[in-house]
Amino acid sequence: MRLIIKTCLAAIFSLAVTHAWSIDPVALEKQYAAEAKQAAVVSRGERFFSSTHGKEWTCASCHGVLPTKEGRHASTDKVISPLAPAYNVKRFTDEAKVNKWFKRNCHDVLSRECSALEKADVMAYLNSLK
Amino acid sequence: MKIYKNLTRIVLSLGLIGLSHTIFADGHLSPIKIPEKIKAECASCHMVYQPGFLPKESWARMMSGLDKHYGVDASLDPQAVKEIGQWFSQHAGTYKRVSGSPPNDRITQSDWFVKKHRKINEKTWNNPKVKSKSNCMACHAGAEKGHYDDDGARVPQ
Repeated sequence: MRLIIKTCLAAIFSLAVTHAWSIDPVALEKQYAAEAKQAAVVSRGERFFSSTHGKEWTCASCHGVLPTKEGRHASTDKVISPLAPAYNVKRFTDEAKVNKWFKRNCHDVLSRECSALEKADVMAYLNSLK
Repeated sequence: MKIYKNLTRIVLSLGLIGLSHTIFADGHLSPIKIPEKIKAECASCHMVYQPGFLPKESWARMMSGLDKHYGVDASLDPQAVKEIGQWFSQHAGTYKRVSGSPPNDRITQSDWFVKKHRKINEKTWNNPKVKSKSNCMACHAGAEKGHYDDDGARVPQ
């Protein structure tokens, strides 16, 4: 009996852990929009993605004008797998990775962190690409 | 008795085949195995440069300034910085030509690099297929595995 309880507890625990770590692109869009207290707008996200913001690079400089395809790193030329979740199921499924890259890339494109609304818009745009 | 001797021979030769296979499977010129963590964190943007290309001091400076990594924000969490920094420090170059840090801790500005590439003209460096001096693999296809021999180098046209 004790063993059964232990197994159940372990299963619940591991589920809880996996749940806490795994995210999905649509939930992420909603989360950012909730943080921003505004609804995300696809067209605004698209414009944000392909515009410069005071520096040399845009998001599209590395991720491609069409993020449904492979991009190339603007300085090293390394191939970057597609960013749009419909074309790359691994995208936006690991929270730590998402935070790491938003922080880095926003600094490279905007010289600051992106706002929740900017992230919500970009996610809406990427999620709209089917 | 003879059977045993033959058996021993077979077992030994099989062992040798296995051994040579492991060496080659790892890229026989690559001096060290690159841990998955290093691949995941460094190779998203560029190939993993062999730690022997720079001295310890250069790697240490690089790891302490990842938020300004050659014009790009490559910041990592403290644990990853520690782990990756240790690996580079442990395997850093000790050979006399990497004894001093090159300008800006750039491999491509090391004396040996400049000398080795002195015959490569600007047109080649500016070729979109090369793009940057840091793009070793544009000409050295086996660079990622530590293969840089002149014979294997192919300059894209």
